[in-house]
Amino acid sequence: MKMLLRLTWVEIKLLTREPLTLIFTFGLPLLILLVLGGIFRTSDVLDDVLVGRQPIDWYVPAYMGLVTASIGLISLPVHLASYRERGVLRRFRASGVSELSVFGSQLLVSLGIALIGSGLLYLLGALVYGAAPPLDPLRFVLAFIVSVAMFAAIGILLAAVIPTARAVQGLGLILWFVMLFVSGTSSPLQLLPVWLQRVGQALPLYHVVQALERPWNGRGTDLVHLSIVAAVCVGASLLAARLFRWD
Amino acid sequence: MPGPPASAAIVAPPVAQDLHEDVIEVRGLHKTYGGVPAVRDATFSVRRGEIFGLLGPNGAGKTTTVECLQGLRSADGGSISVLGLDPRRQSGKLRRRIGSQLQQSALPDHIKVWEALDLFSTLMHTGTDWRVLMEQWGLSAVRSRRFHHLSGGQRQRLFVALALVNGPELVFLDEMTTGLDPAARRDAWELIREIRDRGATVVLVTHFMDEAERLCDRLAVVEAGRVVAVASPQELIAAHAGRVRVVFTCTECDLSWLDRVPHVHGVERHGARVEVDGDGPVLAMVAHALVAHGLEPADLHLEEPTLEDAYLHLTGHLIRE
Ligand SMILES: Nc1ncnc2c1ncn2[C@@H]1O[C@H](COP(=O)(O)OP(=O)(O)OP(=O)(O)O)[C@@H](O)[C@H]1O
Ligand SMILES: [Mg+2]
Repeated sequence: MKMLLRLTWVEIKLLTREPLTLIFTFGLPLLILLVLGGIFRTSDVLDDVLVGRQPIDWYVPAYMGLVTASIGLISLPVHLASYRERGVLRRFRASGVSELSVFGSQLLVSLGIALIGSGLLYLLGALVYGAAPPLDPLRFVLAFIVSVAMFAAIGILLAAVIPTARAVQGLGLILWFVMLFVSGTSSPLQLLPVWLQRVGQALPLYHVVQALERPWNGRGTDLVHLSIVAAVCVGASLLAARLFRWD
Repeated sequence: MPGPPASAAIVAPPVAQDLHEDVIEVRGLHKTYGGVPAVRDATFSVRRGEIFGLLGPNGAGKTTTVECLQGLRSADGGSISVLGLDPRRQSGKLRRRIGSQLQQSALPDHIKVWEALDLFSTLMHTGTDWRVLMEQWGLSAVRSRRFHHLSGGQRQRLFVALALVNGPELVFLDEMTTGLDPAARRDAWELIREIRDRGATVVLVTHFMDEAERLCDRLAVVEAGRVVAVASPQELIAAHAGRVRVVFTCTECDLSWLDRVPHVHGVERHGARVEVDGDGPVLAMVAHALVAHGLEPADLHLEEPTLEDAYLHLTGHLIRE
C-alpha cells in the first residue's frame, strides 16, 4: 500500500517533468470539442434527448469519455510498454514492487490526468459555447471513476499483450480513432448508418459516453451502460493480470 | 607447546556448523532458449558469508544462472534452493531478503537519484538508510540528477546501491564493475568486502580475472553453460597453473644455454623480455647460471601464476576484453 502511494507520487512527478507527453491526450479532445461544438451548436438532432440543454452539454461529457479513452488506449499502454522494453519493469520486479502497485499507480495517475483533461474540456465548453455544469454531479463522478478504471484496465491489457511501445502506439491510435467516429463522440450517433451504430455499440467508448452523459444532463444513472463498463473493467483487469509480463 | 598429532591435520577443523551453512544450493540446473541450451547441468552451492564468483566469457550462461536463482527466470530442469526457498514459487518472500543488481535494467528517464533510492527503500522494513548508501557509493554529488543524465559508471553505482537498500542477507551483483573507472572499481571492491564482513553473502558475476581473484572467496568457472570448476582462486591457481615463471630483460645476449639449466621447462623471448617457465628452485638456478655466464640483469624476478594462467589452463583460452 505504501509502495503504491509512493510509486504514484513518483509517477506524478515524472509526468510534470515531461508535460508534453500529454499534448495528445488533452489537446485533441479540446480541439475536436471546439470544432464540432461549433458545427453542431444549432443542430436539432439531439433535441428529443436533451430537454432544456444545448448540444454542447452532450458533447462535454462525451469528450470527457474521449479523454479517458485516449489515456487508456494510448498514453498508459505506451508508457507501460516502454517501461518493459527499457528494463524498468525488470528493475521494479527485482526490487519487489508488486503487480498491484504498478497497476494501482497507473490507475491513480490516469484518474488524475482524466480529471485535469475533463476540467479543461468543461472550461473550454463553458467559455466558448456556454456549456452548463453537471446536473447530477455525484452520479456523474461515480460513472467517471468506473470509466477511467475500465480504460486503465484496457490499457494495462494492451501493454501486456503487445510486445513493443511502438506497436502499442500504432494500435492504440487506430482503436481510438475508430471509437471516436462510431461512439457518438464525433457526430451524434443518429447520423450514422445503422451498421456503424452497431459497431459503435460493440465498443466500450459508446457505453462510457452514455454512462457519463446521462447524469451530466440530469437523466439519472444508466445502470445498463454503467454495468457494461464495469464488466469490461473486471474482465480486462483479470486478463491483464494473467497476461502481464515484466520482461 | 607440543604440536598436534600428525593425523589431526587431516581431520576437518571444528568450524561452527552454521558458518558453512549453504545459502544457495543448485543441482543439475538446466535452461534452454528455443532449443539452444544456455545452462547445462550446473551444480554448485554458496556458503553463508562468502563472496562467491561466477567467472566466464560472454554468453557462458552466468546471467541466466543468477536470474534463475533470483526467480526472475524459470529453469527448465534441476533444483534450486535459495535461503531455503524456492525462488519461483516463493519469490515474494525471497525478494525481501535478497538484493539484486541486474546486468540489464533501467529506471525511468526523469527519476532523480535520491528519488529512486527513496522509492525502493519503502519496500523494506529493516533497510539501511539510503542516504548512507548514497554517500558510500559516491552518489551524493549527483543526488538530484535525473537517471538519463547519469554517466554509465554513475548508473552502475546507483544500481548497486539499490541492490543494497533493503539491507539484504544475500546480494546478487551481475557485472557490478562494468563501466567503472579503476579507482571506482577499487572502491567498489572495498565496499563489497565490507558487506561480506558484516555477514551478508555475495554472489558476483564477472568476466574480470583480477576482480575474481582479489574479491572472491570461491569461484565457479563457467564455460559454455557448464560449471567446469568450483574452488577458491588460490586452489584454482595451485591446481591448474602449476609452474612459476622467472622474468628478466636482456638485450642481445646469447641465452642458448638457458633451457639446459635444471628446473627450467621452457624459455620464451619477447624482444628484450625473457620469460623462463620452471618449477621449485628455478629462480635460484637461473640466477646462479646468469651470473656464471657473466650476466647480471637488475630486474630478475619471479612472477607468481595468476588466476588468468589457471583459467587458460582450465579452459584452453582467455577471456578477451
Ligand atoms: N532471453 C533470451 N532468449 C534467447 N536467448 C537468450 C536469452 N537470454 C540469454 N540467451 C542466450 O543464452 C546464452 C547465455 O546468456 P547469458 O546472458 O546467461 O550469458 P552471460 O554469461 O551472462 O554472458 P555475458 O558475459 O555476455 O553477460 C547466450 O548465448 C545468450 O544469447
Ligand atoms: Mg551476463
